[in-house]
Amino acid sequence: MRVLACIKRVPITGGRIVLAEDARAINTQHLAFTMSPHEECGVEEAARLIEAHKGDSVVLTLGPPEATEQLRDAMALGIDRAIHLQTDGQEWDGEATAAALTDAIRADEAASGRFDIIFLGNESADSGGFQVGARVAYALGRPLVTGLKKVTLDGSSVRCEQEVEGGRDVYVVPLPAVLTVKEGLNLPRYPSVPGRMRARSKPVAVSTPARPAPHLELVRLAVPAGQGRRAESLGAGAAAAPAVVEMLQKAGVV
Amino acid sequence: MTVLVLMDESDASRQALTLARKFGEPRSMRMDALGAFAPDAIAAALAEAASELNVAAVFGAGTDRGNEVMARLAARLGLPFAANCIAVTPGDPVTLTRLRWGGSLLEEARLHSPRPLITVAPHTIPADSGPAPVEVDVKPPAEADLVVRVVDHVSPSNGGVSLAEAKVIVSGGRGVGSKEGFAIIEDLAGLLGAAVGCSRAVTSAGWRPHSDQVGQTGTKVAPEVYIACGISGATQHMAGLKGAKRILAINSDPQAPLMLNADYTVTGDLKEIVPAISAEIRKRR
Repeated sequence: MRVLACIKRVPITGGRIVLAEDARAINTQHLAFTMSPHEECGVEEAARLIEAHKGDSVVLTLGPPEATEQLRDAMALGIDRAIHLQTDGQEWDGEATAAALTDAIRADEAASGRFDIIFLGNESADSGGFQVGARVAYALGRPLVTGLKKVTLDGSSVRCEQEVEGGRDVYVVPLPAVLTVKEGLNLPRYPSVPGRMRARSKPVAVSTPARPAPHLELVRLAVPAGQGRRAESLGAGAAAAPAVVEMLQKAGVV
Repeated sequence: MTVLVLMDESDASRQALTLARKFGEPRSMRMDALGAFAPDAIAAALAEAASELNVAAVFGAGTDRGNEVMARLAARLGLPFAANCIAVTPGDPVTLTRLRWGGSLLEEARLHSPRPLITVAPHTIPADSGPAPVEVDVKPPAEADLVVRVVDHVSPSNGGVSLAEAKVIVSGGRGVGSKEGFAIIEDLAGLLGAAVGCSRAVTSAGWRPHSDQVGQTGTKVAPEVYIACGISGATQHMAGLKGAKRILAINSDPQAPLMLNADYTVTGDLKEIVPAISAEIRKRR
């Protein structure tokens, strides 16, 4: 079978987000980067499917040259090869991102055959547009199921569990399908040293699509005002226990 | 002008109605208008109604379901979509403010579209209390739009207190140190009838299941009291805490972000403090 995982490179924010001078991006000078958490689970699931069923696994991203790191991370988890749609670091809106991914998927499928499953994150950690998966699925004319916490292959269809209030809704859709996943789908493995070594020599196909004018156009970012919480110290160490219990009593929970 | 609003029972859809009224006279479509959830069928019905009524905009709630259906509608119509907005001003372009990073960052943006598609982030603006809008008629869906539909529902297997609805949550972070370290967290939670939560560092380490994770990629919670033990308070975690009424932080580092954003703090070793709180509760019973 053939499986694709789409990922996005995002900064690992610490306790406080600091903006760049023009307020159009996060100041990432002192930040490390990762792939968006939901997508890491998509990569893990793709690697597991290919381990179990054999075939070809591919990871695809639209991002700056540095996103090669995240593609190598995905390949260290077991993905066979990568496609990198390189940008100059400017943000692409959801429509433009989906169009570029769709073009790349069509080109790869024309050369190597149809993907049985395409994984994307339910939403990216940073821009949170909640739409790239839906656009890719619609453009390809394939069924889409979103927000998945469990995926089970069953012959030529796939059983999907979506987390909802009070349990999980179940969908069964035929392959090929597009699935957007959430963290918790699986526990991604920690890449092994041999895995990392192998990832270095796996192929990365690079192209540089042109960025269309965004229809959802970022003007500026702002850090929201705090929630006005002002920490009151109840003390230090075990000696603070009576003060804590009094607070809990006042709150009506003891 | 008419504006179409995708509605369910949630407060979030009445919040969407609040902003929708700025664009025109609202008409509504219910999320369950076709019975069992079939997102393509609802998106198709919205597309048809939007065109028939020549609506100025389509609004929905920024819930999982709302965002999903609106994204499918956007794909169908080939139009841009702005998810999780908290303020919107009509015009060409529409100017809006939306949430990023699970609400840890605000984005001001311009939406260039002949028919703006917008969802409104839950818990951010007042819910509309005006008259319920008239519902639009929904025709039976096409077969092709029923390929993706809910065919079954499975209930959670654990009988514990659910995080999303818990009145009290005792939550542990990296500072708990190990899987076994959660015994003192569970003991305190048991005494308080509380749910056990944790940070992303804990689920990534495999100490707790992901269903216990509070945060942007876990569960968003709204308890009366949230007790955070050994959690530093990365934005990923704080994004899940915005609905908490009172936050008590227990941490050895008084400068940890969560200690600075809590209502109450206790500084020191949680391995001493948490059992001491449990002992104090037992003593008073």
